[in-house]
Amino acid sequence: MQANVKTLPDDERELVTFRVGEQDFCIDIIYVREIRSWTPATVLPHAPDYVLGVINLRGAIVPIVDLARRLGLPKTMLGDRHVIVIAVVADQTVGFLVDAVSDIIGVAPSAIQPTPDVTAQTTRMFIRGVIALEDRMLRLIDISAVLPPLAEQAAS
Amino acid sequence: MSTLEDIRQTFFQECEELLESLDDGLELLRDGLDEGQPVDSEAVNAVFRSVHSIKGGAAAFGLEQLVRFAHRFETTLDDLRALRLVLSFDILEVCLRAADQLAELVSAGREGRTLAEDAGAQTIAKLISLSGGGDVPPADGGEVEEGLNTYAPMPLNFDPSPMLECDADNKSLFKISFAAQPKLFINGHDPVHLFRELSELGDLSVESDLSRVPYLDNIRHDDCSLQWVLTLLTTEAEAALWDVFDFVVDLCTVEIQKIVQGGEPSIHIGECNATAISAENVSIVTEGPSVPLAAEVASYSNTQSSNAEHVAKAAPIAAKATVCVDLDHVDRLINVVGELVINQAVLTQCITAADIPMTAALSSSLDEFMSLAREIQEGVMSIRAQSVKPLFQRMARIAREAADLAGKNVRFETDGEATEVDKTVIERLVDPLTHIIRNAVDHGLETEEGRTAAGKTDSGTVTLRAAHRSGRVLIDVSDNGAGINRARVLKIAKDKGLVPADAVLPDSEIDKLLFLPGFSTAAEVTDLSGRGVGMDVVRSSIQKLGGRINITSEPGAGTVMSISLPLTLAVLDGMVVDVAGQTMVVPIATIVETIRPEAGDLHRLADGMTVVAVRGRFIPVVDLGHVFKFREATKTYSDLVYLLVESDHQQMWALAVDRIHDQRQVVIKGLEGNYGHVPGVAAATILGDGKVALIIDPEEAVQRTDADQPVPDHSQLKDC
Repeated sequence: MQANVKTLPDDERELVTFRVGEQDFCIDIIYVREIRSWTPATVLPHAPDYVLGVINLRGAIVPIVDLARRLGLPKTMLGDRHVIVIAVVADQTVGFLVDAVSDIIGVAPSAIQPTPDVTAQTTRMFIRGVIALEDRMLRLIDISAVLPPLAEQAAS
Repeated sequence: MSTLEDIRQTFFQECEELLESLDDGLELLRDGLDEGQPVDSEAVNAVFRSVHSIKGGAAAFGLEQLVRFAHRFETTLDDLRALRLVLSFDILEVCLRAADQLAELVSAGREGRTLAEDAGAQTIAKLISLSGGGDVPPADGGEVEEGLNTYAPMPLNFDPSPMLECDADNKSLFKISFAAQPKLFINGHDPVHLFRELSELGDLSVESDLSRVPYLDNIRHDDCSLQWVLTLLTTEAEAALWDVFDFVVDLCTVEIQKIVQGGEPSIHIGECNATAISAENVSIVTEGPSVPLAAEVASYSNTQSSNAEHVAKAAPIAAKATVCVDLDHVDRLINVVGELVINQAVLTQCITAADIPMTAALSSSLDEFMSLAREIQEGVMSIRAQSVKPLFQRMARIAREAADLAGKNVRFETDGEATEVDKTVIERLVDPLTHIIRNAVDHGLETEEGRTAAGKTDSGTVTLRAAHRSGRVLIDVSDNGAGINRARVLKIAKDKGLVPADAVLPDSEIDKLLFLPGFSTAAEVTDLSGRGVGMDVVRSSIQKLGGRINITSEPGAGTVMSISLPLTLAVLDGMVVDVAGQTMVVPIATIVETIRPEAGDLHRLADGMTVVAVRGRFIPVVDLGHVFKFREATKTYSDLVYLLVESDHQQMWALAVDRIHDQRQVVIKGLEGNYGHVPGVAAATILGDGKVALIIDPEEAVQRTDADQPVPDHSQLKDC
């Protein structure tokens, strides 16, 4: 609704911002399908450690990724306040566990700065760029890079 | 462009139906011949109609090869209809082959292929030799070209129908010409009332003849320049028609003509049909003239389309009304309904949890909700169900093809064609069944000499049966051949090292050796079977469908392959178990039995393997909790429950689980779409509490036992 009502400057992008392990991250809103509260997931055997398991999303089986672990941060210690950001990327639906969703902001592409060179390799793998917002630094996540690998696991 | 493609699709869909009714008709004729009954002219007509309709449609899409062949086939069928040929087993055999060839051409047309020019040449030659009269046009001559341009499928929709009608219901077709004189109106009569009265006698259609209507400046207000031509299909005699005009005979011109007589011997009806069709040829192909009667009918067909439609509507065998629905829509509905069923269970649990007092009204509404949800679920599932008939007909083709290649005389019989199974199950049965049937023809049945020596009939029989039994579908392929040569099977298995050289196996175990990978009994590799795909592939494809396959054989009497399948792939009967705190589902079809052994029945082997003794057999134990890395290998196996499963290779395994909850039907949900394949896990499902449970693939799970897997870090999972 919001996107329809508010008129954005032509090239401005809307981003959903959230906190993961004391840091601020964001993803493009077009990937976000919904945000829901944490429900325990069913463990998947032989899964990478950042895959918490699968949940039932209105009849669809959706894997949940602990975004902190995926980004190389300490794993999330689960509590009631955690939320799951359900994202859809090219027909694949995945839930990302985050600490809290903060805001939806409009950002001009020019405001997105390249990721500083000094950062660790995991950061360079998953972060597309950074955005300065007030006194905070938002890291723009490359959503396709954080998805659990699909193709190589689908044996059949 | 897309609309043309749509029409093309529709044509090929219709072709499928037409090929089906073609096969049906031929089947009927064969049964008739078997029982020594006179040839069923209606069946011949049905066969002819199917071929003719395919030809008509094919011409519209420029499928020349198909048109040519259909035309050739049609010529022979026309001879049969007109009784220029008398149906015999030999002729029927040619027709069956021709039907196969036609099916082949249709599928070639659908895929945009052209078959080799000489494809089906043998069949064509046979057809020519059958109907080798002067009226056979050259295969690629101008006549067919003309046919290509002028063939309109329309006439076929109606012309045999009145004939069927008169055959079936003893009805006659009358043509009534009616012209009113001015006096008729002066006396207060109205043609409408007369027509209405006529329509009470049967199926009436009215056509106005405007030929006498003058130009406006010549029109006379008191003259009726309209004339009518009526056709009436009725069981009444001609006198009853005259009765209608009793009061107006002097006030009008009435002519009543009987066109087709009902209730006469079928041979006459056959003639009617034949002439009707050849009359159609008069108008289209400009063949030789026909009897006037037929011309009459033909002129009806050309001038009175309303009449045609009318009569067609009155056809006695009303086709079942169907709609074509995109499978995606159905699947979406199935998904939503599955969700509804789960939701209902969740709701019930919530009510219990919230301590709301269960009043009678509440509990009865809940029950009703549940039964409605189940009913919708079953209804939706049944949409996906299809009869196995097309599959069976396809198998009949395979059997004939195999019989030709093997040079054997084979009779193929089917039973239970109306049995309905999920569409996907049917599709995935094609390959295994093809293999089984080829095997039955090639290996199962003896050669003709072999049969004669055994005192059997020349032709062997392969029977394909389908039936519903306790929520599953049973499909049997049986042959009346020599049965399995067990001594030979055992020898081959020993030679190939599949069983120890000193093994002594009971008969049923020997039969099961056929399912071992790499087993092939054919002394020489024939064209038919023995292409390296063995019965093991058949078995695993059946198991992928959640089914089982069994083989029983009696020396000298034959072999039976029995396949048992679930009705649908959308739900599965599962045993809900507890594995190291995780709820999982094991497909019931894979479980042979469940046991809770005494501590003394469990034995540890040196390499850390544990076996359990069941009736004197030692069966290796697999701890599912360990396979899935939910826990370290248990030291105490005695407080666990064991599910005995049988793997593809007759190997038994005992799956250790903590607890069995219950058995229930679960809705199968794929993991592949959003995540990928998980080793040892077939799919997932959603339980009554809305949680996801994994469905185990026991075959794959036991194979993981010795696979070296990196142990994932699950420490944080204990928190959730």
